[in-house]
Amino acid sequence: MNNPLVENYFRMDKFPHIWCPGCGHGIIMAAIARAIEAKGLDKDKVCIVSGIGCSSRAPGYMDFNTLHTTHGRALAFATGVKLANPELEVIVIAGDGDLSAIGGNHLIHAARRNINLTTICFNNNIYGMTGGQYSPTTPTHDKGTTAPHGNIDRPFDITQLAAGAGATYAAKSTAFHAKQLQKFIETALDHKGFSMVEAISVCPTYYGRKNKKGSAVDMMDWLKDSFVDHKVAEKLPPEKREGKFLMGEFVNKQEPEYTELYDQVIESLKK
Amino acid sequence: MAKVVKFLQGNESCVEGALIAGMRLYSGYPITPSTEIAELSAERLPRLGGKFIQMEDEIAGIAGAIGASLTGVKAMTATSGPGFSLKQENIGYAAIAEIPLVIVNVQRGGPSTGLPTSPGQGDVMQAKWGTHGDHPVICLTPNSVKETFDLTIRAFNLAEKYRTPVILLTDEITGHMREKIEIPDVSEVEIYDRKVPEQGADYKAYRIDEGDIVPKMAPFGGGFRYHVTGLFHDETGFPSNSTANADIMIKRLMAKVEDNKDDIITYESYMTDDAEYLILSYGGTARTAKAAVKQLRSEGIKVGMFRLITIWPFPEEQVRALGEQVKDILVAELNYGQIVHEVERVVASKCSVRLCGKANGEVIIPSELVAAFKEVL
Repeated sequence: MNNPLVENYFRMDKFPHIWCPGCGHGIIMAAIARAIEAKGLDKDKVCIVSGIGCSSRAPGYMDFNTLHTTHGRALAFATGVKLANPELEVIVIAGDGDLSAIGGNHLIHAARRNINLTTICFNNNIYGMTGGQYSPTTPTHDKGTTAPHGNIDRPFDITQLAAGAGATYAAKSTAFHAKQLQKFIETALDHKGFSMVEAISVCPTYYGRKNKKGSAVDMMDWLKDSFVDHKVAEKLPPEKREGKFLMGEFVNKQEPEYTELYDQVIESLKK
Repeated sequence: MAKVVKFLQGNESCVEGALIAGMRLYSGYPITPSTEIAELSAERLPRLGGKFIQMEDEIAGIAGAIGASLTGVKAMTATSGPGFSLKQENIGYAAIAEIPLVIVNVQRGGPSTGLPTSPGQGDVMQAKWGTHGDHPVICLTPNSVKETFDLTIRAFNLAEKYRTPVILLTDEITGHMREKIEIPDVSEVEIYDRKVPEQGADYKAYRIDEGDIVPKMAPFGGGFRYHVTGLFHDETGFPSNSTANADIMIKRLMAKVEDNKDDIITYESYMTDDAEYLILSYGGTARTAKAAVKQLRSEGIKVGMFRLITIWPFPEEQVRALGEQVKDILVAELNYGQIVHEVERVVASKCSVRLCGKANGEVIIPSELVAAFKEVL
């Protein structure tokens, strides 16, 4: 089975991956590789940084400069990489817990700085690696091993959180909408500034079983049926919008980028 | 450029030393009494084409420095007390991933917010044991403005040479004290840069090549695509759950410091040749110790001073030999007893070991130390 994409962009000897059958993460990882291929990026100049968790194992399979850091800190490490060498195309892969709980501070400040990092959040609504505890994106009333009586927390919308903190590109798609997801990642790679692409994933093993969401296929169907582009949703009558989740591009604007601003400081001091 | 004479704070001389050593990125978070290190770095680095970033917290401060170091840039972060606690996890990361960087801790009174503007030396054991798990530690401690300059350069050199984080443990005394200092021209300073693989080389990120002490370190973006992780990994850098591999890896990590102690350890012996008694100290407190020794010598008492410059690895052989020579070792430190236990362990009851410790934010003054010493007579 020769797949040029896999052979060109993945470390074949590191497979099989650690993800469970039916996990959505592989689709998102492939979308990133396809986007990199579509953009024709030089593999030697791409750096992929992750934290800790299921999704954070992705860089180990990807044939670039890869950095698997501490829990929650991927964006802080990535900021150092990018500032020290702005020529590198720095991509951050992070799970929902990694990015918005323990790493929440780094997320809002990387977005505020508008540093040119492309962040892909693999959001499966649960802590998978540790066995199914509720995360900041677990819907209220859903169950996790640490919410056996139902989650009373309110969930974050990570895309809107990043947008609110100043991300100049913010988009959301799902593991089902793989083509659209790839397109958003391509736009994010082109974008100069902090970009956030939230990819809704599925975790049939923990989130799915705990919450009786059915099989992996059922969960993918749920993504297909539940997510609607926010521009389409605007035109839908209220009864058809009920229970739907919004996806699509929410922010796409140009503002001065951090490493370029710093280079201007350096230039100004030469005079 | 010829040498320059300046009148500087220890914190300022730290930055001067770092710049001469080749620091081109500083990533940190403001905290008293280390903030001048960040402020001066922010002023100076962009003038040299370097970068300064004030991160959102202490954890991000060290993370940014580690990320920068991976691209081949010499990086530093500085902090105090609470910030040092927050940085611990990523110190362990840099140790296991073998990423050179310098972490400065200008010690203040603790625990917690403690005494933010007062000196302390309560982080000595934290510098060794603060991050979880076994790991190599190099920790240096200066007692003057000039030595802060010298040891900052040495900290960078050791970090690069041994591919490990190096902790420069200063204190509020040396950090804020002002002294005259001669800054040499960079050409007169010994600078060590990490070894990098040649283009096209058969490269494994964590394999030691013949004649090397540590694996060569390719910069990210330099054409060698490899993996860096805080998990136990094999010589390729990829995670490995093998206990046999873990055993090889941890032994190699520990040995790179342990086997090179002679290169890493420096100390000052003052009037110890004929000494019957010893005062052992380090950092700012060693200035008091030297004054006390001078006074006691003027009274005809044969006392010497041993000053730790490298705290970790601990100069066991030297202290053990002194323990066999003298009747008593008085350890002067600004805490409730940390290095004193290390001295007790090393001398193994060959002589008595006592503590003159203090942790109320005041320095130990010479008369206090002299009085504590005389209790043994």
